Amino acid sequence: MSAETQAPEQRSDDEIIASIGSYEYGWHDSDAAGMSAQRGLSEEVVRNISALKSEPEWMLNQRLKALRLFGKKPMPSWGSDLSGIHFDKIKYFVRSTEKQATSWEDLPDDIKNTYDKLGIPEAEKQRLVAGVAAQYESEVVYHQIREDLEEQGVIFVDTDTGLRDYPELFQEYFGTVIPAGDNKFSALNSAVWSGGSFVYVPPGVHVEIPLQAYFRINTENMGQFERTLIIADEGSYVHYVEGCTAPIYTSDSLHSAVVEIIVKKNARVRYTTIQNWSNNVYNLVTKRATAAEGAQMEWVDGNIGSKVTMKYPAIYLLGEHARGETLSIAFAGEGQHQDAGAKMVHAAPNTSSSIVSKSVARGGGRTSYRGLVQVLEGASHSASNVLCDALLVDQISRSDTYPYVDVREDDVSMGHEATVSRVSEDQLFYLMSRGMEETEAMAMIVRGFVEPIARELPMEYALELNRLIELQMEGSVG
Amino acid sequence: MPTLEIRDLHVSVETKEGPKPILRGVDLTIASGETHAIMGPNGSGKSTLASALAGHPKYTVTSGTATLDGEDLLAMSVDERARAGLFLAMQYPVEVSGVSVANFLRTAKTAISGEAPALRTWGKEVRGAMENLRMDPAFAERSVNEGFSGGEKKRHEILQMELFKPRFAILDETDSGLDVDALRVVSEGVNRAKEETDIGILLITHYTRILRYIKPDFVHVFVDGKIAEEGGSELADRLEEEGYDKYLGANKSVSA
Repeated sequence: MSAETQAPEQRSDDEIIASIGSYEYGWHDSDAAGMSAQRGLSEEVVRNISALKSEPEWMLNQRLKALRLFGKKPMPSWGSDLSGIHFDKIKYFVRSTEKQATSWEDLPDDIKNTYDKLGIPEAEKQRLVAGVAAQYESEVVYHQIREDLEEQGVIFVDTDTGLRDYPELFQEYFGTVIPAGDNKFSALNSAVWSGGSFVYVPPGVHVEIPLQAYFRINTENMGQFERTLIIADEGSYVHYVEGCTAPIYTSDSLHSAVVEIIVKKNARVRYTTIQNWSNNVYNLVTKRATAAEGAQMEWVDGNIGSKVTMKYPAIYLLGEHARGETLSIAFAGEGQHQDAGAKMVHAAPNTSSSIVSKSVARGGGRTSYRGLVQVLEGASHSASNVLCDALLVDQISRSDTYPYVDVREDDVSMGHEATVSRVSEDQLFYLMSRGMEETEAMAMIVRGFVEPIARELPMEYALELNRLIELQMEGSVG
Repeated sequence: MPTLEIRDLHVSVETKEGPKPILRGVDLTIASGETHAIMGPNGSGKSTLASALAGHPKYTVTSGTATLDGEDLLAMSVDERARAGLFLAMQYPVEVSGVSVANFLRTAKTAISGEAPALRTWGKEVRGAMENLRMDPAFAERSVNEGFSGGEKKRHEILQMELFKPRFAILDETDSGLDVDALRVVSEGVNRAKEETDIGILLITHYTRILRYIKPDFVHVFVDGKIAEEGGSELADRLEEEGYDKYLGANKSVSA
């Protein structure tokens, strides 16, 4: 997010036009730390990461076990083309600064400049967020939470600190929602994870404004493997928001996060992501939540950047009357493949789920919706509804839908609806005949298409999304 | 005085079998403040004239000229024509899902006049114009043309005409599909625009019904891609009695 979006009305048309056509977060700072970082993966690399963090023995053992699983697990044979990933070229751990800051002034200048450009201090100043975490390379470099929340017992720290300061809570939940061996990339993350957020919300506490995390990759060929663990205790509520950016390099980087969320009885968690990685990042993320009785889990997932994204946020509805919702939106431009979707597992009676997916492809980009709805035996009176709409801006782009349904119970209600549409000549003609230039008309059509999801985003992200659509559309008109 | 001048206009439409000529030499001059009615049977090319003047990409001008106040209209893109002061009230306005009428109107007004309308007066202006057209204020929050009834779509077109204040407006079968009440409301809107501005109007219609509410200064009978006869409003009265049979008899090539 840029500083400008915090105060959009102050931006003149000229400035907006001047910013069009370029990926705005593509600068990179000098990366002395990244230059010297070691490439490739080995037991030694894993032991080093663990030792640098002075981790307990159990964590080192888990990492080593995960490393072995990573070696055994095959690459996914479905989804996107991942042949461009070279595990031996990746830098698995880059430490950018020795200690974490709690005020912006204490950050090293180059990192501070980066976050200034992304507008984060502004968001905090304006109290748009209840807490901020900023991860630069492998580690969280800045961290702050509002005092009143801290007093209520809300924990919001980086995951390394979580392991150190809350060992019991941590060990009880870590790796329980997504075991290391779930898939190749969760195994990789479990072996080399660093950074991410650790959140605990005590029973009955409502965190009214979002907790916010910013992830930034600076080093070329960097692998960022943050690990996030959120526990919402009974009857609590929290909204966690993350944003992601990276510089433009000529060779690729890898972002492979694992996010585990435990939503306890009658609690509610909303997790919003706006991923705007540069177009040389492989974004392969495993996200999963469990929802207990009466709990509600919501993923709001925006995929705009990256070269390849494979991400299917999952919700396991474990308790009666649990509710799960995924709203996802994907943009694929030239050279991009967004393979995104959702997974809902109904494991208790009277559970309900809803998936709404919207995708826009242009410039030869490709979007895929890949979803799985599973109703297990015994999950009677469950209901699920899936709605996916794809919009193609031109003739050379592509969209596919892969909806999988697996129902083992009779008494359930399932809905599925999918549409693919093209921006029509008549729509463009109508808007242009009202004085709008082609780009503006196109952007208006796309904005309208994603509106049902954009309105669910925090305001500054909705504005950012609108601006990104304009940027994307700029290249779409011949 | 500004004029919309059409000279010997020939237009083809893209079809699967290749370009098909529709307009075969149209001559027409509309001055500011004048109302011209184009009447004719289905398939005579009336709507093609409207779409071609607005610049729909499906239509190709093969020869002839069209100028707005001396400027070459045909050299302009669709949006440039709108900004030059041309408005087309469409026969089949398209849906734009997720874009509210309020947002659409403000964006279009900004595009046409080159600057955002003053917030204070604009809201009032929109509400007033909607009230005049008997449109519920809640209408402003609905998606453009989505789920609109035929009458609502046409009111929305006239609403735009009143708010954007074009120099020339083409009304493409605005009367079709309207009941008597809606027809009257829409016609009142057109008459208001005529009173308040010096707008020139090209009113395309199949029926004479709307001409009871909007008095044309000139009537042109359109047959087989060109104007077959011209006259004053009395020509419309004659058409109401006699229909188009007389013209169709002479032109067997007209398709229904």
